[in-house]
Amino acid sequence: MITCATSRRYRLFPDNKACSLNALLMIVLSFLFVLSGKETKAIEADLSSHLVAITAGFSGDRILLFGSINSPGEVIVVVRGPDTDFKVQRKGQVAGIWMNTASMKFESVPSFYSIASTGPIEEISSSATRALNAIGFDNIGLELPVTKAAGKLADSWKKALLRNLLRSGNYQLENAEIVFLGEHLFRTEFELPANVPTGTYSVSVYHLRDGQIIDARTTPLTVSKIGAEAEIYDYAHLHGAMYGIIAIVIALVSGWIGHLIFRKG
Amino acid sequence: MQIYLPIAEISVDIILLLAMGGGVGLLSGIFGVGGGFLMTPILIFVGVPPAVAVATQANNVIASSVSGVFAHWKRGNVDFLMGWILLIGGFIGSTLGVGLFTFLKSLGQIDLVINLSYVVFLGTIGLLMMLEGIKAVFRRRKSGGVSRGKLHEHNWFHGLPLKMRFRKSRLYISALLPLGIGFFVGVLSAIMGVGGGFILVPAMIYMLGMPTAMVIGTSLFQIIFVAANVTFLQAAQNQTVDVVLALLLLVGSVLGAQVGTRIGAKMQGDWLRLLLGILVVMVCGKLFLDLLIEPADLYVLEMV
Repeated sequence: MITCATSRRYRLFPDNKACSLNALLMIVLSFLFVLSGKETKAIEADLSSHLVAITAGFSGDRILLFGSINSPGEVIVVVRGPDTDFKVQRKGQVAGIWMNTASMKFESVPSFYSIASTGPIEEISSSATRALNAIGFDNIGLELPVTKAAGKLADSWKKALLRNLLRSGNYQLENAEIVFLGEHLFRTEFELPANVPTGTYSVSVYHLRDGQIIDARTTPLTVSKIGAEAEIYDYAHLHGAMYGIIAIVIALVSGWIGHLIFRKG
Repeated sequence: MQIYLPIAEISVDIILLLAMGGGVGLLSGIFGVGGGFLMTPILIFVGVPPAVAVATQANNVIASSVSGVFAHWKRGNVDFLMGWILLIGGFIGSTLGVGLFTFLKSLGQIDLVINLSYVVFLGTIGLLMMLEGIKAVFRRRKSGGVSRGKLHEHNWFHGLPLKMRFRKSRLYISALLPLGIGFFVGVLSAIMGVGGGFILVPAMIYMLGMPTAMVIGTSLFQIIFVAANVTFLQAAQNQTVDVVLALLLLVGSVLGAQVGTRIGAKMQGDWLRLLLGILVVMVCGKLFLDLLIEPADLYVLEMV
């Protein structure tokens, strides 16, 4: 049984075609699996698309991940966005007014992080495995160096960062589901919010047994601005002054056109 | 229908943006102000980063002011000499203002300064306008007409040097006065993402003593150039001008401003002042409350 997930990646095709494309992918995957038998790697996986294009109509996206395992076990999928720096501001009351009174910079933190798994990750993987492979929010480097903050203070900064990233959709809670279709084939979906950071993501698929990773696959996913949006962004950053002049001219002309239209009408 | 804004990096409903532009443009046409003091807070509320909201709004102010200034120019309501002198001050002020904006942003205090500027400057002006409007409306009710006494009050600043004659406004005052006002409004327009009409218009009426009819056209004339300067500097220094956002807003605001100018011409000056005062006080009250009420999350995230 293959359910059809509506992925925005398939907007190019009518809905029924999108569905048949999914089905085709499943068939190809299962075929590969049957052909290669036990000689194949323990885990195979691929994405419905390796490129998320941010165009004018972009309002978030869903990515499908298909895969297969050749022996029983658990699966964890980790989607990790490019590392970036975040600054957290803390507000305090000064003379009755709430203002930023302290700030903390977190360096090289994943800009996006989402996990899907066949069960609670604490149960299906050992803590050493999670630490080694940066699985779970405790292991992705949100810790502050002791020179900046320690103990309870560091903890409250870390929690604040996590809370804000979860709220914005950059980080997602750890219970995304992996659905098995039969014994070997599985699929999962993850959602990219409208304000998704651009860059190269890594999608890692782990096959675990007894809490240990027995095989892993990592596949890249590129999120980038495409078309007019990308060109405007690039132009604004490369030729700021010229961009400013163009913006002014557009505004002047539209104001003038507005006047002309209404004078006659 | 959603559209992705390339510089703001968020996706917003097109209809919402058009409606926002139209509503604010209507008010800006009626009252002869750029409307930035309404649009900037609304943009921030919709989720546009404050730095992008301020810079993009400056771009949008150009369009609505251009379409408004033609109408006033036709009626001979622009004092160009006064406009140019205000403009020299405005250019210097807005250039320094954009520098100050960049500096405050690096300190993480730009949002606070934007909010406080709104509350202090807009709030004061709004209250004054409201009181003045109420007084004038009641006076007319009593006497059945306003008898105009002196053209304007004489204060210490009328003793300043560099006196110039402004024929259109029938004034003989020091050029330093419009220069200083232009400078001050220039700084504010860079920091607050406003044309500065809400300071400029009352300053021209009460401090310079210009005829009310002349004030709106002349202030729009000055605002066009100051807003253009702010747009240019923000685009060059901070890359925060979103042309797609600006274009969508200005389609609405240009249409709204045309309708507004017509409505404004039919309304009495005192009522205009009273209504604008009420509107301004309401916006400020909201912003002031935001500063006083404890935020839901004391920690805020910033992309670096």
